[in-house]
Amino acid sequence: MSPLLSVQNITKYYGSHIGCKDVSFDLYPGEVMGIVGESGSGKSTLLNCMAGHLDPDAGEVLFDTRTDGPRDTITMSEPERRMLSRTDWAFVHQHARDGLRMGVSAGGNVGERLMAVGARNYGDIRTKATDWLERVEIDADRVDDRPITFSGGMQQRLQIARNLVTGPRLVFMDEPTGGLDVSVQARLLDLLRGLVRDMGLSAIIVTHDLAVVRLLADRLMVMKDGHVVEAGLTDQVLDDPQHAYSQLLVSSVLQV
Amino acid sequence: MTQTSDYNFAYLDEQTKRMIRRAILKGLAIPGYQVPFASREMPMPYGWGTGGVQVSAAVLRPEDTFKVIDQGADDTTNAVSIRTFFERTAGIETTTTTGDATVIQTRHRIPEEPLSEGQILVYQVPIPEPLRFLEPRESETRKMHSLEEYGLMHVKLYEDISRHGHIATSYAYPVKVEGRYVMDPSPIPKFDNPKLGDMAAIQLFGAGREQRIYALPPYTNAVSLDFEDHPFEASKADHPCGLCGAEDSYLDEVIIDDDGTRMYVCSDTDYCEGRRAAGFVGAMAQAGDGEILTTQRELEITA
Ligand SMILES: [Zn+2]
Repeated sequence: MSPLLSVQNITKYYGSHIGCKDVSFDLYPGEVMGIVGESGSGKSTLLNCMAGHLDPDAGEVLFDTRTDGPRDTITMSEPERRMLSRTDWAFVHQHARDGLRMGVSAGGNVGERLMAVGARNYGDIRTKATDWLERVEIDADRVDDRPITFSGGMQQRLQIARNLVTGPRLVFMDEPTGGLDVSVQARLLDLLRGLVRDMGLSAIIVTHDLAVVRLLADRLMVMKDGHVVEAGLTDQVLDDPQHAYSQLLVSSVLQV
Repeated sequence: MTQTSDYNFAYLDEQTKRMIRRAILKGLAIPGYQVPFASREMPMPYGWGTGGVQVSAAVLRPEDTFKVIDQGADDTTNAVSIRTFFERTAGIETTTTTGDATVIQTRHRIPEEPLSEGQILVYQVPIPEPLRFLEPRESETRKMHSLEEYGLMHVKLYEDISRHGHIATSYAYPVKVEGRYVMDPSPIPKFDNPKLGDMAAIQLFGAGREQRIYALPPYTNAVSLDFEDHPFEASKADHPCGLCGAEDSYLDEVIIDDDGTRMYVCSDTDYCEGRRAAGFVGAMAQAGDGEILTTQRELEITA
């Protein structure tokens, strides 16, 4: 099997300060990669470089496209990359308001990606949107309500539905449970785990919350000061961390 | 009327007119594409059609005959003041007869009478950006146009249907031009949308405050956006004109007396008058009182 995503030597500087340096890994179809570290560890910089939101200074992000096989998404044209980001890629933001249109109904939010790729049957779009609301445990009769009337947890679930409706092959998630109450987090994690399992999603999840990666990630990378200090199977890394920093992280000595 | 010597022909200096003409030519070369231009201060407030006035000033020639309509009528304050402005600054002939005009500046309507080759229709545009409703960032809407990312236009129509059960957008209804650029046709009623496409005349759109010009050359394809199961409909009030009996014209609903009696009349006053002159009589027109009704109608619309 060839990797879905192959990240090679991604490096990003902010002036003379290292954002992330020489990060490489492969992600295989159906795999979930967790990236953990303190704030400032470079995990968000790395995520944004991979997702095309930031221009790395060096490295390649090879994505196995449907039509042309592996392509470097950093050097591909902007129209191609934007097309990818509304079809085969999805990005779940930490703050739902960054990933939703707050002035548009829940159905319109979910339907936008469908319409962006050419869906032109109102009834079909609405049916798909309603199905997806139910899959993320939002009542179908909220389909015409604006997200502004939703709770934080509902907004985050709506953002997930809006991203998954086109059946993306790769989902980037930036602290998807951040900023939510603990009980709300648990429900969201459950939901995400179910979706990952049912859809066979490939995902890259950046988080400071080890409970999130414990539950969702097959593999784990630990980042510190822009470098990956340890990588391996999630259970291995969490139960038997080798690097001194990972040990600190796992023992919860660090307030991350 | 004669031209006063205080102004250059049609008010704007020749250099400014050349700059505007270049924007117009670019707009004609890329139908539906919004061309930025350096809008000038005009001796009238924004909202009075300064974009349209600048476009008219750039295309008018001394031999032109000029007509101005506002919501279909030649006699509203706005239409009269723009017509007078060009009578004074350009000394050109003006008319209210659609067929006699070579340049027609309009706000909110396309004349009922089909325009012909050699005529120019100049629209006053308040907001040129059709994507503005959902995406306020100019940098982003520009990118969406250049990459043909128009899914958002359908989100707007989707919202319409989800809220009202049908596409309730009845003015400024977006069109796709030659399968490429999505364009706001200015706040004309969607009844007029089918006339945008394949028109024999040149159509020029000027937005003064927003500093944009765009254009449809003659016989350009312009398709109103819609859904398969909610197709575009060029709707109008389901009545004949009370004055001339026309059943094919866009109608205004007006109150004609203190008891609140309503009637429907052609919004295109020239079209209605032409029909009445040709002997057509609507159900509510008594011989001789057509003038009175027209005046009351104008009061109603201006109010
Ligand atoms: Zn009439």
